[in-house]
Amino acid sequence: MRRYVIRRLLYMVPTLFAISVVAFLVIQLPPGNFLTAYIAQLSAQGQGVDSAQIRALEERYGLNDPVLVQYWRWISGIVLHGDFGQSFQYHREVSDLMWDRIGLTLVLALSTLLLSWLIAFPLGVYSAVRQYSLGDYAVTVVGFVGLATPNFMLALIFAWVSYRYFGQSVGGIVSREYADAAWNLGKVLDVVSNLWIPVLIIGTAGTAALIRVLRANLLDELRKPYVTTARAKGLPEWRVILKYPVRMSLSPFISTIGWILPTLVGGEVLVSIVLSLETTGPLLVEALRNQDMYLAGSVILVLGALTVIGTLLSDLLLAWWDPRIRHPHVERV
Amino acid sequence: MGALPDRPAPTGREPAADPAATGTVAPGRARTAPDLPQRTLVWRRFRRNKLAVVGVLVLCALLLVSVFSEFLAPSTPSAYSAEHTYAPPQRLHFVDTEDGFDLGMYVYGYQVERDPDTLANTFTVDESVKIPVGLFVRGEPYEMWGLFPSDRHLIGAADPQQRVYLLGADRNGRDMASRLIYGTRVSMSIGLAGVALSFVLGLVLGGLSGYLGGRVDTAIQRVIEFLMSVPTIPLWMGLSAAVPRDWGPVQTYLAITVILSLIGWTDLARVVRGRFLSLRQEDFVTAARLDGCGTGRIIGRHMLPSFTSHIIASLTLAVPFVILAETSLSFLGLGLQAPVVSWGVLLQEAQNIHSIAGAPWLLLPGAAVTVAVLVLNFVGDGVRDAADPYR
Repeated sequence: MRRYVIRRLLYMVPTLFAISVVAFLVIQLPPGNFLTAYIAQLSAQGQGVDSAQIRALEERYGLNDPVLVQYWRWISGIVLHGDFGQSFQYHREVSDLMWDRIGLTLVLALSTLLLSWLIAFPLGVYSAVRQYSLGDYAVTVVGFVGLATPNFMLALIFAWVSYRYFGQSVGGIVSREYADAAWNLGKVLDVVSNLWIPVLIIGTAGTAALIRVLRANLLDELRKPYVTTARAKGLPEWRVILKYPVRMSLSPFISTIGWILPTLVGGEVLVSIVLSLETTGPLLVEALRNQDMYLAGSVILVLGALTVIGTLLSDLLLAWWDPRIRHPHVERV
Repeated sequence: MGALPDRPAPTGREPAADPAATGTVAPGRARTAPDLPQRTLVWRRFRRNKLAVVGVLVLCALLLVSVFSEFLAPSTPSAYSAEHTYAPPQRLHFVDTEDGFDLGMYVYGYQVERDPDTLANTFTVDESVKIPVGLFVRGEPYEMWGLFPSDRHLIGAADPQQRVYLLGADRNGRDMASRLIYGTRVSMSIGLAGVALSFVLGLVLGGLSGYLGGRVDTAIQRVIEFLMSVPTIPLWMGLSAAVPRDWGPVQTYLAITVILSLIGWTDLARVVRGRFLSLRQEDFVTAARLDGCGTGRIIGRHMLPSFTSHIIASLTLAVPFVILAETSLSFLGLGLQAPVVSWGVLLQEAQNIHSIAGAPWLLLPGAAVTVAVLVLNFVGDGVRDAADPYR
């Protein structure tokens, strides 16, 4: 097990490096840099900028250095000092702007994960055990529609329904009266009460996929001879199903953390924009639209890194759960 | 390759579509499954899946709409009318019972009232005004496929001076039905083009990975794992934000397609690799190698044919992802830009809760997305299940 953990940890290093390169590319790709945008803004406000000033600024931010040097300065600042650079749009440190929102994104993604497990587990088991029953068809159809509808469409429909029939516009995880309050029980309850709708919306596609996977796996397991043996031994039906096949097909639940997390983060970005939640989504889109590239690049970097860590956790959990993954060479014998 | 004398002749004698062929075969006649060509077997199995068959029909309809958009649309996507801002959909009547019984299509006109405070138009149906609707009518001029100028539309107001809004109008009084039809063309084509590009990447890289194995395999697998572990939407957003704003519609379209396929090829590459890995061990591949076939011939003639249907299935299942991605990006304003009409661009109009509240028909492009994705999933699932007829 220890060797497996060490190997997985080592694999993470190149992945994180690649993510940082991509994030840096996102910062570098747009024509011009944040200085040109800054100068454009200054001259739009009627302030002249002389060339000496521009040169001084370029010098200060090292914009004339080779790209590799710039990358090194950027990434070492982040890794060594936690300095993500300046947001040009807000005139503030990127890290000040980002961390609160990333916290909320994480809360949202994790609660979505939990909810999709809670929904998918009973439904998946049911539709496999009662294959081709009315309930199975219902679950399948709902699952397909859930997969096919873009999350932000669901959010739009939800926003429309709540506006039309309940006369309230949606928005925000934290209600207005708690906006500046410190964290206490009331605020937590308030957040929870606002959270379940976005969680449900973001979770649809993932839940639907999870139900499909669990159903397929369980169907495969149920056809195996050991199930017949267990039944022939006279075990009660629920025990036959729960004791072996369900446990065997639970692996996808754990590996979902790995393959659902990227989807959740992406879906969260879109849904948050529609429902105007204070997560990373709207921040990222705003930053990209205004070419606030250090902010955008940092958000992409942190989201990517968090996803990779989540994937790692799920892999380790899976290895702990399923010995076939820990000892791949044993199984082939 | 030696001839195989005692192999039964390939039985293409009976037409594949013959319903009798799919039914029970009399035991005396040795028409066992392995005798039939692979194509027939796949088609038989596919036909048993009703959802997939319905999917194929709807998919064909969508493709027809994308090909003949100009003719099918009642108007053009850019024709506007200030007095029809957010005009609601008009119900199409087929029978006129006012005096007797008259066949013929018509819609009722609008009664427009302008709110003096908000300047918003409120529309009520005016049953005293009838706007006759006809088939193959003259209307807004257009150029079919950008080549042949014409002004014939499949359906529209019989009098070219009048306007008909079967699916309502948007902020500028542009016809939603026409925009939706043109959007179908752009969204479907970007899905197909993106997948075509991912297909090339996935086939080449997955094939190399699976056939060569070793270090190449490890390297390509690492890249795939990386791309799959990154949240795609933020990445797509970052890359498409880098597309210069002053690029023309065609350039943006191509750039977005490339971005989508750069990240979307991974799934396909994994499928191809898995197939290659399992086929590499097969006896017939060894036999071909011992016969002195070159790598290209082994791959092209011996390995590829046995998993083309798997590839088709993966391709079909990949199209909806590209469509969803394009819709999401354009919805955020980071994908295709305004003069181009795609489902995502249309949904931008629906971002504002107040415009949806007043004009819920702006959400129709979203329904189109759902239908397209659903249908492609059904077809893809059907092909995948039918791909392996011996199972």
